[in-house]
Amino acid sequence: MVPQDYYIALSAILFTIGALGVLIRRNALIIFMSIEMMLNAANLAFVTFANTYQHLNGRIIAFFVIAVAAAEVAVGLALIVAIFKSKHSIDVDQMSSLKG
Amino acid sequence: MPPINFNDIEVLLPLIILVIWACLLLLVDLFIPKKHKWLTALLAAFGLALTLGFTLSQLGSESNGFCATGKPSICMVVLDGFSVLVNALLLLTGLLGVALAYGYLKRMGIERGEYYTLMLFSISGMMLMAQASDLIIVFLALELLSLPLYVLSAFARSNSDSQEAGLKYFLLGAFSSGFILYGIALVYGATGSTSLSQIFEIASVGTSSLLLTIGAALILVGLGFKVAAVPFHMWTPDVYQGAPTPVTAFMTAGAKIAGFAALLRVFGSAFPNLSEDITPILWALSAATMIVGNLLAIAQTNIKRMLAYSSIAHTGYILMAFVPYGNPEVAPVSIAAGLFYLFAYTITNFGAWGVVIALEQKESKGLQISDYAGLRRKYPVLAGAMTVFMFSLIGFPPTLGMVGKFYLFRAVLSGGYTGLAIIGVVTSLVSAFYYLRVVVNMYMFAGEPKTDNEFWLRFTIAGAALVTVVFSLVPQGLFAWASRAVLKLF
Repeated sequence: MVPQDYYIALSAILFTIGALGVLIRRNALIIFMSIEMMLNAANLAFVTFANTYQHLNGRIIAFFVIAVAAAEVAVGLALIVAIFKSKHSIDVDQMSSLKG
Repeated sequence: MPPINFNDIEVLLPLIILVIWACLLLLVDLFIPKKHKWLTALLAAFGLALTLGFTLSQLGSESNGFCATGKPSICMVVLDGFSVLVNALLLLTGLLGVALAYGYLKRMGIERGEYYTLMLFSISGMMLMAQASDLIIVFLALELLSLPLYVLSAFARSNSDSQEAGLKYFLLGAFSSGFILYGIALVYGATGSTSLSQIFEIASVGTSSLLLTIGAALILVGLGFKVAAVPFHMWTPDVYQGAPTPVTAFMTAGAKIAGFAALLRVFGSAFPNLSEDITPILWALSAATMIVGNLLAIAQTNIKRMLAYSSIAHTGYILMAFVPYGNPEVAPVSIAAGLFYLFAYTITNFGAWGVVIALEQKESKGLQISDYAGLRRKYPVLAGAMTVFMFSLIGFPPTLGMVGKFYLFRAVLSGGYTGLAIIGVVTSLVSAFYYLRVVVNMYMFAGEPKTDNEFWLRFTIAGAALVTVVFSLVPQGLFAWASRAVLKLF
């Protein structure tokens, strides 16, 4: 059996990749996918900890998070589509009409 | 399935009523013809007023809801003086938000019924945040309040600024939710529980674990994003400028109140033991927020952007109240002062944004500070009200802002944070420069401003100005209420 530390390390790596992705990538869709990766890294941590403590709590929380992520997708994709329709681009560097 | 526990329902009654009302309003709105959307606004306001009535009827009652079977100390939601006070404040915010939005939406040609429904859902998320006593409820409430706000920011679909604001808010908001969620996961890993009271018990027995501290820090980062504390404030000016003005007014007050309520609940009830590590961080966040917010506001020529930076600066002032959160001798007075300041800021802020809405024209015209020139000659009452709001934001007597700052600085000084108080006073003096520039423009320069005469807008502005002045003369009752409300938390 794989020790639980490995899972936690994997989840930390996934979270870091996600956070770096948000900061480095410029395409709104890729940024969004990176955010989803951060949420799923948290899910992995929840499920692993739940396994360690032999609780149901952590597993149920993972389901909550999945539902919330789905709701976020609905709103986020709608926003991205609306912007793509008017600007024909979803590069966040081009969204600079507001600054100062 | 266990039988329904009526106590659980009682604890969440106002929230349940508001959510059901919002769902029904979404349906009813389908049958309201486009010409009569005032009916939707009226129904939304009525729902908010009804909920406010039920919330106030809970005054003085205390109980827990949705507890674990056989373990009455592990509960999902809580009802206490603090939650009632914060909920009442949030519902007031909602009512003011509806009043400001109605005429604006019609004038800008973006009048659609969903606006009010989304607002109701967002407020229900904020209310849940104030009542949460479990980290997972904190997370769910945070999403429930944020998702409608993302949509509302992008509500003027045809306006590219509004779209941009919506996307920026969404990406950075979701990013910060990721931090909070991972923080919750680490706290759960360190303690084996997500219940705030359980976390406190477990954390106070064992030696402090690194996992717990990192988890708490991540939660702090996420909440810092939500309340727009420096250095997590980058999204704020863009979003507040691009979003439709009534949405901005609602966000600056509502999201701030909810964010601070969560900050207090989570850190006050679960992590008082970590205060040795967290208090210096809060100190630095508060100082940086006051300094950066006020300095950047000086350079602004757009009034929405200026008020956005001013909102960041005020986050810093309110954060000051949270610095000694782990010290049970100082914390209650300090937090009560923070709550009072939140109230003062909410009223003043809505008034100031109301004046901005009155002067805003289609296609983002009338938003420069120079557009306020000549306001005194043409609309003396409006100019007088704006002067009151600007004085209150500076903290000049006789206004609520002055009383709020007085309580705040007194609490901070009695907590022994003299450096922080000095930074607060100096930055307040600096802020006078850019707030007074608006007043100077209105009174000294000539110009031909155009304004909107819609009744509810005028009513809100006049009411806010009146409350700002009158309550500053009799603030003791409100401060006593706030002190009583937070006493039980420590």
